[in-house]
Amino acid sequence: MGHVLILGATSDMAQALAYRYAQEGYQVTLAARQIEPLTALVSDLQIRYQAKVAALAFEATDYASHATFYANLATPPNVVICVFGYLGEQAKAQEDFAESEKIIATNYVGAVSILNIVANDFESRQSGCIIGISSVAGDRGRQSNYIYGSAKAGFTAYLSGLRNRLAKSQVQVLTVKPGFVRTRMTEKLKLPPFITATPTQVANQIYRAHQAKRDVLYTLWMWQFIMLIIRHIPEFIFKRLSL
Amino acid sequence: MRNFGKYVLSAVTGGVIGAAATWLWSNRPGTARLMGSWGNYPKVAAQLHTFQTIAELRQILKNVHSAIPRGNGRSYGDSALAPHMISSLNYNKFLSFDTQAGIIHCQAGVLLSEILEVTVAKGWFLPVTPGTKLITVGGAIASDVHGKSQHKAGNFSDHLVSMELMLADGSIVTCSPEQNNELFWTTCGGMGLTGVILSATMHLIPIETAYIRQESLRADNLDHLMDLFEESESWMYSVAWIDCLTKGNGMGRGYIMRGEHATLTDLAGDSRRKYPLEPRWKPKLIVPFDFPEFFLNSFIIKAFNFVLYHKNPKKVVKSVIDYDEFFYPLDVIYQWNRIYGPRGFTQYQFILPTENSRAGMKAIMQKITDSNMGSFLAVLKLYGPQRGYLPFAMAGYSLALDFPIRDGLFDFLDELDKLVLSYGGRLYLTKDARMSAAMFKETYPQLETFLQNLQQINPNDKFRSRQSDRVGLTK
Repeated sequence: MGHVLILGATSDMAQALAYRYAQEGYQVTLAARQIEPLTALVSDLQIRYQAKVAALAFEATDYASHATFYANLATPPNVVICVFGYLGEQAKAQEDFAESEKIIATNYVGAVSILNIVANDFESRQSGCIIGISSVAGDRGRQSNYIYGSAKAGFTAYLSGLRNRLAKSQVQVLTVKPGFVRTRMTEKLKLPPFITATPTQVANQIYRAHQAKRDVLYTLWMWQFIMLIIRHIPEFIFKRLSL
Repeated sequence: MRNFGKYVLSAVTGGVIGAAATWLWSNRPGTARLMGSWGNYPKVAAQLHTFQTIAELRQILKNVHSAIPRGNGRSYGDSALAPHMISSLNYNKFLSFDTQAGIIHCQAGVLLSEILEVTVAKGWFLPVTPGTKLITVGGAIASDVHGKSQHKAGNFSDHLVSMELMLADGSIVTCSPEQNNELFWTTCGGMGLTGVILSATMHLIPIETAYIRQESLRADNLDHLMDLFEESESWMYSVAWIDCLTKGNGMGRGYIMRGEHATLTDLAGDSRRKYPLEPRWKPKLIVPFDFPEFFLNSFIIKAFNFVLYHKNPKKVVKSVIDYDEFFYPLDVIYQWNRIYGPRGFTQYQFILPTENSRAGMKAIMQKITDSNMGSFLAVLKLYGPQRGYLPFAMAGYSLALDFPIRDGLFDFLDELDKLVLSYGGRLYLTKDARMSAAMFKETYPQLETFLQNLQQINPNDKFRSRQSDRVGLTK
């Protein structure tokens, strides 16, 4: 059976993915900065689905540790989902480069660092699936979160290139671009209900896209059209909008 | 093709604008969300807070002046209603399951249905279950729920090993019948007023199959029904449905259902024996909207009760049915409460002590049949005593009746209260939406002790509900 490695396992979306894959009979390895908060999730997955589950410490921005982390996995995964990310604060990032750097380091550099290693392994094994959680924010830079958006844009381009490289090695690369998702991170925001997904919806869509060997996935589907419109607004109008 | 593109674009733009407008409208300032519990009465403007970690829960307690913990919202009235409600539904992980000893440890938001999904296949069942499995463990403790086995197995809390709860000041305490036992027994049936239950460890009971060996016996009137209950006292499960519209000699006619967990021998020669712990999946029904108020009129109720009574002319019907069919017949109809319409309903559940049961039940049923306030479903059950400081149960009989909310109902229920009081009975808080403080005080003999304990545990009424304020458990 399959073995899925979830990087950044404390988020609501990562948890929903863990449930879905465990339910499908996958072995699940959860990786997060701290493993103590994952204890209950591990026991829950084991008891509900009799799944084989482990939690490991992983720091996205400690690039030097990534090779050892991956080499030390007890069994090699055949699905790797890169969920970790850092939204940050746009206003703060404009004033304080440390915040900008943290956003770029987590969302882009950290992801490149670990996925390079995974990609080489999958390429040599001629199989596997890499799923990267990017964002619709990477489709066009907007004043309200362009530092985060640009890091995600970089990540989207990275995944696209990776897919191109690994296509001949039978390795699937799936770029996921979630729109609004109702999570603890966005609990206080008032999000429009029709275009806001629950983490479970996102996880189910990702699982199906994985099985269908798709390349790019917007969650929910309306976002594909919303972003189509946003991408096609002429720049001389777009620059005047307060988005 | 160009035109097609235009259509798609305008459709999408229209959709987005529509969605945005709906969103702006539903989030316009000053809109409070009206929430009710299972009876859809009463409804209060409320904010629901959720948590997944201890730190998040502590933060909520810091931010609100007062609140009431809430599970799956299956109490009927206002036990779990308040301007601020702390939902345990997202705090719902299994922590351990000892399949040898039959001991399970889980967070308070786990539903009983989820426990059964995990344990039945391993040969373990809930020690006590109410008539719905869609309630949380935390709610089961706070209401100290019971089921068809109350006369033998007692209440939910009797099977707890220990539990953990967060007090008003954010501290976490473990309690059990041995450790912090006053806190433990004040929390069991304490209606959520002592703190937020975080997790619980409980004993399960072993089963050989997922089936129940059931016997259904028809009774001609109330006395006959009570005779059958007393004759069935050694059975693990017993409950009766009664027709509360028929007057005269047939008053209180109905069916008693009694059951035991089926053994493998009971399934001999049955195709179900091949997978005794995995019953077949059955389709579920749904009530998609509130039925109009006139739907549950007395004609429909009479017809329903008539058919139920006459569907099987035999005196005794024996069968082996799966546990869902036996324990949770209504759970297959998702949101069945909506048949009572937008005004909602209330369940009037009272208990009378054994010595007054026969006379009292007859007097009360007489009043109900005379009133034409007929209840769609009425459930009679034999009880034994209960521990804790706010126990509903006592040795005696309880009757539960559903009444749609309508003009004059509460005056009528006040009249019933007087009868219940005169026969030494009491009402069940978990179903109640309207009992007076005076009625409550007179019928709960250990109230003083409960209040003294609560004064120490929850001194500033941090945890309070609309019900606790109404009946005088909080000020």
